Amino acid sequence: MKDLLKKYCDILGPSGMEDSVREAIIEDIKSSGCEYETDFVGNLIVFKKGKKRRNKKVLFSAHMDEVGFMVKYIDEDGYARFDSVGGIDRRVVSGKRIRFCESGVNGVISSKAIHLQPMEERGKCPPISEMYIDIGASDRKTASEYIAVGDCAVFEPNYEEFGEGLIRSKALDDRFGCAALVKMINSDLEYDTYFAFNTCEEIGCDGAKEVSHRIQPDIVIALESTTAGDILGVPKSKCACAVGQGAVLSIMDRSTIYNKELLELAVTTANEKSIKWQYKNVVAGGNEAGAYQRGAKGAKVLAISAPTRYIHSASNVLAISDIEAVYSLAASLNERSFE
Amino acid sequence: MINLIKKYQSSFSVSGFEESLSSVIVSDLANKMDLVETDAMGNVIAFKKGKDSSKKLMIAAHMDEIGFIVTNIEENGMLRVAPIGGINPVASCYHEVKFKDGTTGILVVEDGTKLSEVSNTKLFVDVGCDTSAKAKRKVKIGDVCAVSPYFKKLSPKRYASKAFDDRICCAIAAFTAFNCKTPAYDTYFVFTVQEEVGCRGAKPSSFAVMPDYAIALDVTPAPACGNPNHLSVKLGGGAAIKIKDSSVICSPKMVERFTELAEANNIKYQYEVLLAGGTDTSAMQIAGAGSYAGCISLPTRYVHTPVETIDADDIKACAELLTAFVEQGM
Repeated sequence: MKDLLKKYCDILGPSGMEDSVREAIIEDIKSSGCEYETDFVGNLIVFKKGKKRRNKKVLFSAHMDEVGFMVKYIDEDGYARFDSVGGIDRRVVSGKRIRFCESGVNGVISSKAIHLQPMEERGKCPPISEMYIDIGASDRKTASEYIAVGDCAVFEPNYEEFGEGLIRSKALDDRFGCAALVKMINSDLEYDTYFAFNTCEEIGCDGAKEVSHRIQPDIVIALESTTAGDILGVPKSKCACAVGQGAVLSIMDRSTIYNKELLELAVTTANEKSIKWQYKNVVAGGNEAGAYQRGAKGAKVLAISAPTRYIHSASNVLAISDIEAVYSLAASLNERSFE
Repeated sequence: MINLIKKYQSSFSVSGFEESLSSVIVSDLANKMDLVETDAMGNVIAFKKGKDSSKKLMIAAHMDEIGFIVTNIEENGMLRVAPIGGINPVASCYHEVKFKDGTTGILVVEDGTKLSEVSNTKLFVDVGCDTSAKAKRKVKIGDVCAVSPYFKKLSPKRYASKAFDDRICCAIAAFTAFNCKTPAYDTYFVFTVQEEVGCRGAKPSSFAVMPDYAIALDVTPAPACGNPNHLSVKLGGGAAIKIKDSSVICSPKMVERFTELAEANNIKYQYEVLLAGGTDTSAMQIAGAGSYAGCISLPTRYVHTPVETIDADDIKACAELLTAFVEQGM
């Protein structure tokens, strides 16, 4: 799975521009004997036959998009004013290396050197509206040969293993979920199963809304990254979940109260198969499960997440063992009939 | 009706965990309706065939109430909780709370918190255990609780209780379903889930029903002492015909029809313009190709506190107005 992870994480694919991610996934699944289609909004929907049929339509979901930046104005000096695509903390943006999807052009996000900061600016982070992208062009005319208003960039690819079994990279949220689903599709399945690789999760789960109406699943299991709070300054009662402690099961977040039967089934399955798991112990964040739960006639939903530090920054940190746990739990759950 | 209200009011039904109440409602409806179904989210959809099957009427009352979810069990045996729905922390603290399995605790505030600083992050539940090991025998992470049932008659017509929002309207809907004559249209009485966390249950159930006409039943705040938002609804002033809340502008045709029916049948009514707060009305109005949607509101004092207060005359008026629409249609 690590090969897949590195490959997917290094692709440039902010919300609305997931084409390269989708093409890579299609390349990896097309010989698995599955059926697949790309819908109007770019979601990749996959159906894989298993040994048996079940009465319930079961769908596993992950999103292809990552957070990024969009150019909204190029000024006379050749600097590109931009806005964020998806929820990015402006404090993690300043000074970062970025790459444009359309042209492959590299850039740097501005960060005023401390030498130039008057006392009152020191230690403060300017709003994104005061930052700009520098692509090394001398004026607007030169810059416009490489980038245009509306072009999108993401953090520069930087996948790397480090520490004790950890990975640091941009876009682990949610390319790890894509990798896990691809691995499932490429294995022999017990039951017929749907898989969705969705677009535009980071800007409001737009892709999932479309899939929900098109497939109308009965049961949806979303594979996601969730905020790990095992970092300095967060009390244990508010840490949400911890890296290395296994697959995360959410009970409630800002968008969803999860289905209790599915949650119990997940806990039982994890315990039976000795898969390490943990609860998410704060009510925060949200994911595509909410869109599925309330889309069309509604569905029973579950989220299996990988605890991720520094989510939505240039360096998400995830443990390989947690990714394995999420995959094992998802694959084991898919051996159930859900009757 | 009052027995129905008492029965529904005493069932456990925090948002997302409505099974106890929904099973009571399903068993009440089972033999009296043409079809009763429960969907993936837990919405109960009860169908009654009407005279004119070319039109569909959907009636929605929500089964869930606000509550708390356990997020962490601390070393000292105290439970950290997060709110489910629009909790008023000042109104909820220092009350008994009950979990689904009957475990009771008290909702308290961190020591040394000034009244003005009481907030949801400072609340915790004391279940009388000194260590996390003991507490974990009673409660686990993810368990939910609500203020314990409480039902008080204040005067011959006034009652105070927790969770009148919206059990009382579940009772009005069920009562109407049992007692109405053949409905004008094919009618779906829907008991929705998860209204308090953003009208979530009404979305898929409206999609499934795809109504032509829709009526939500919910409570609306009736001022008691002081009226900072200058609301006009009065407790005892009759059924409140909703014109607007923050989620919906009711279809004028429905407002007009409710008014006509109230006038013709001598039902006491008043109009309601609510500044903050949403209802299932909007989900029904914009489902599929859209519907004519309105809402009959029950005036209620102290909404989202353990002592929500209502007037029996208003319940009667709401039930009569609903029955009139169900039987006579547009």
